[in-house]
Amino acid sequence: MRYIRPLSIEDAVGELAKAVGPAAILAGGSDLLVRMKGGFIEPELIVDIKRIGGLSDVTETADGFRIGAAVPCAVLGENKALRKAWPGVVEAANLIGSKQVQGRCTITGNLCNASPAADSVPALVAAGAKAVIAGPSGKRTIAVETVPTGPGRTSLAKGEIIEAILLDKRPDHAGDAYLRFIPRTEMDIAVVSAGVNLTLDDHGAIKTARVALGAAAPTVLLVEEAGQVLVGSKLDEATLERLAKICSGACRPIDDKRGTIEFRRKVAGVLAQRAAAIAYKRVGGK
Amino acid sequence: MNFDPRFSGRKFASVGTRPIRPDGIDKVTGRARYGADFNMAGQLVGRILRSPHAHAVIKSIDTSKAEKLAGVKAVITAKDLPDLTDGDAAMYDILDNSMARKKALYDGHAVAAVAAIDARTARQALKLIEVDYEVLPHITDVDEAAHHHAPLINDQVYTEGLEEKPAKPSNITKRTQFGHGDVHKGFAEADFVVERSFKTEQTHQGYIEPHACVASVNADGTADLWVCTQGHFVYRQHCAQLLGLEASKLRVTSSEIGGGFGGKTHVWAEPVALALSRKAGRPVKLVMTRDEVFRASGPTSATSIDVKIGARKDGTITAAEATLRYSCGPYAGSWAEIGAMTAFACYKLENVKTVGYEVLVNRPKTAAYRAPSAPMAAFAVESVVDELAKELGMDAVDFRIKNAAQEGTRSSYGPVYGPIGIGPTLEAVKNHPHMKAPLKANQGRGMACGFWFNFGGQTCTDLNIGMDGSVSLAVGTVDVGGSRASLSLVAAEELGIDYSQVKAIVADTSSLGYNDMTDGSRGTFSSSMATISAARNAIKILRERAAQTWDIPVEDVVWEKGHAIAKGEKYGNLSPLSLKEIAASSGKTGGPIAGHSELVADGAGVSFATHICDVEVDPETGSTRVIRYTVVQDAGKAVHPTYVEGQYQGGAAQGIGWALNEEYIYGKDGRLQNAGFLDYRIPVCSDLPMIDTQILEIPNPNHPYGVRGVGETSIVPPLAAIANAVSNAVGVRMTHIPMSPPRILAALDAEREG
Repeated sequence: MRYIRPLSIEDAVGELAKAVGPAAILAGGSDLLVRMKGGFIEPELIVDIKRIGGLSDVTETADGFRIGAAVPCAVLGENKALRKAWPGVVEAANLIGSKQVQGRCTITGNLCNASPAADSVPALVAAGAKAVIAGPSGKRTIAVETVPTGPGRTSLAKGEIIEAILLDKRPDHAGDAYLRFIPRTEMDIAVVSAGVNLTLDDHGAIKTARVALGAAAPTVLLVEEAGQVLVGSKLDEATLERLAKICSGACRPIDDKRGTIEFRRKVAGVLAQRAAAIAYKRVGGK
Repeated sequence: MNFDPRFSGRKFASVGTRPIRPDGIDKVTGRARYGADFNMAGQLVGRILRSPHAHAVIKSIDTSKAEKLAGVKAVITAKDLPDLTDGDAAMYDILDNSMARKKALYDGHAVAAVAAIDARTARQALKLIEVDYEVLPHITDVDEAAHHHAPLINDQVYTEGLEEKPAKPSNITKRTQFGHGDVHKGFAEADFVVERSFKTEQTHQGYIEPHACVASVNADGTADLWVCTQGHFVYRQHCAQLLGLEASKLRVTSSEIGGGFGGKTHVWAEPVALALSRKAGRPVKLVMTRDEVFRASGPTSATSIDVKIGARKDGTITAAEATLRYSCGPYAGSWAEIGAMTAFACYKLENVKTVGYEVLVNRPKTAAYRAPSAPMAAFAVESVVDELAKELGMDAVDFRIKNAAQEGTRSSYGPVYGPIGIGPTLEAVKNHPHMKAPLKANQGRGMACGFWFNFGGQTCTDLNIGMDGSVSLAVGTVDVGGSRASLSLVAAEELGIDYSQVKAIVADTSSLGYNDMTDGSRGTFSSSMATISAARNAIKILRERAAQTWDIPVEDVVWEKGHAIAKGEKYGNLSPLSLKEIAASSGKTGGPIAGHSELVADGAGVSFATHICDVEVDPETGSTRVIRYTVVQDAGKAVHPTYVEGQYQGGAAQGIGWALNEEYIYGKDGRLQNAGFLDYRIPVCSDLPMIDTQILEIPNPNHPYGVRGVGETSIVPPLAAIANAVSNAVGVRMTHIPMSPPRILAALDAEREG
């Protein structure tokens, strides 16, 4: 096994592109090291990206926020501006693992691990976040929901690295929220989860809405119909009921050790309702 | 001097205080040495190859490639552990479980092992071992396994305990029955009868420390084993027998223990480590991974239990009956038998009958888990008791008080009780402020009772007095819950000295006579009895030395508050001699001063507890939070109240995990799906409320201080208490443990849909 710590994204991309055996990118390592210890993967090359310039920074730009791929989730929680603009994304990132894990893990890693149960991903999808990808043939920017293609699989080509996640600048009257269901209170993996991102018009009605579900299908689901049903409403009871029904219907869950199909369907709807209510309240809606 | 173990009321100076434990600083600073913290020069790393199949014939094992790998020093299979059990069926099962001989009987069953110079080489070597399996149909569910069409796990098993020997083999190894009276007559007299069936899933003790040992077999036929265990003397006996060693030539040293709860009461990988060391000629360290602990150590039984109880309108129970089926893993056990004994132990019953069936399944061998078998039986019985109280329109506590066993009651499993604590715990619960606290929407309160036998057993202890007057106490019962502190308090009490002058250690198997293991809540009960006896023997010598110093008859010397005192006016001008003074001159008065004790601690007093629990259930998700919890339990005498409370809280915490989320989940392929703490969900700190405790002290007449075991009873009521609380919160009777959110939500949906 070879471990390298390049100083530029070009070097990292180059090394990954020419790797012959299995290669892995190391940021926090909270998924990678566990999988190596469990004997699930034995990479021949490990590329540590933490020394690459800019990858460990959260930058506020004219368009919004740029979160470097090596920024630990705990750092997101300490960023006041980000917390104010995207509370749902930050709370999702700060639900992953334990305090110790949050000091290491990254939202980019969470996205690239491509688990349908990844906590930060439904919040990022609801937020309309984008991923900036560096690769052998240059850079491209794609919607985060197009990164995972199935459990453990991504759309990234050989040699490609996500260098940052972009979040838009917030307009007035905007709020988001993320909720997950776990049988315990912490240190657990989502049985099912929901992220909701809303903006309101000047009259307090919902202007735009995005709803995403986690652990409800092979990848995190963006449920466009669920967003549409919220638009124009003030989250009245009937709308919430329709929201739950759409979300439950959109699920394509499985029975496994963490939950049943019936349970995930039902609770996906419940969590979407509750997350929508929190997001709405955060905007100041009544 | 004959030792009189009978209870004598006395005032205590040390017993009942709460000093810091002697092992505390090492544990909180990371200096304490646990099983994996022992190392020897030249030691190898041992790793075990495990069956991926739930049930398969091992047709052949080819280890030649692994043996050729550079760095591999030994590869073993069952051939390297020849059968020396000489017809001892229980030992044969332990041998077969340590290393499968003909068949792999569960996912995780050991089939071969290697010792190599490092972990990486050992892992590579495992991959080079080729095992040819013939996969057989498997069975993991207790009810399906008990069915006569089920695939047979062992075709030599014919159910014992039937009136006639059955014609066909079965997965049911044994039927047992307990009770008295005539239940048919009793049910005929009942005005109300409640009958229900229950299931509980298999759980693991979940100790934080995985099994770990270092084994070193020497060329001269002696051997050493450093190991995390609840009973190093038992490990010595088992390993010596399985390896063909003389017991006295195998020295076993117990490490600090990061939890055992019954799971470290018999050997798992230790014989394998010794066999590897014997073959390699070097020490071998073998540490299980968490995955191995779940798949291949000993969880508790999964169960299926039917209960029927009848009562008259006035609240008198007229008959009680239960049928209990407990999974044993692939080897015979007596788990249902214990469940059948404990099921109705809390009650005074004229007509009672319990029947237990031991059921083989393709799961790891069942081991003891804290009051083994009792929590599941209590869950089923206490759920029905609660429901019956509702039918009768009686308060759940009052109904239990009316039917509670008392001194002189013939227990449902046979013996007649002495003074017992079930009534007092119920009265304490009735008067506890918790019972009157208001509840909010979606909240419910439940209570339940529990019983455990407690054990005594063989115990050997040495008490040595140093020339500086300090006392070292060597005990043979592994300290799993603060017993070194408790036993030091007991030695200080008897000798009349300060706790700080006593230092207790757990001695190795070559330093003391045989001790039974720390199980059955016996550690403090039996070793305190032996410590009292050893201290009294030392006091006899101290008195003799004082008499010698003063040149007076020993009969005229008494021992009071740490001093020899010359009794009577004629010795008026003799100042008392302190233990320290007598010790200082011991070299001139006859040499070192010590007290020894070896005894069988009989008369462990039975133990009862009643728990109260409040839960809040989210009706939309089925999620349950325990919001308040109170344990009331009889300790006989709490030697160190803080550690007694710790036992009460620990049992309740484990019970809460069992009740709500913990379970072994098997796939259709017979493989364990959740062999790790991520998906085997023991509670985390934030899942639990502060668990309140109330210690009652109803003295055990068979112990000088009245001590009863306290470690196990606390896990018996929680499953039932929480089930009763959930039932009261949501109005649906939960009959399947764990009451995980999907199960609760499904039950609520079924109820809502009518």
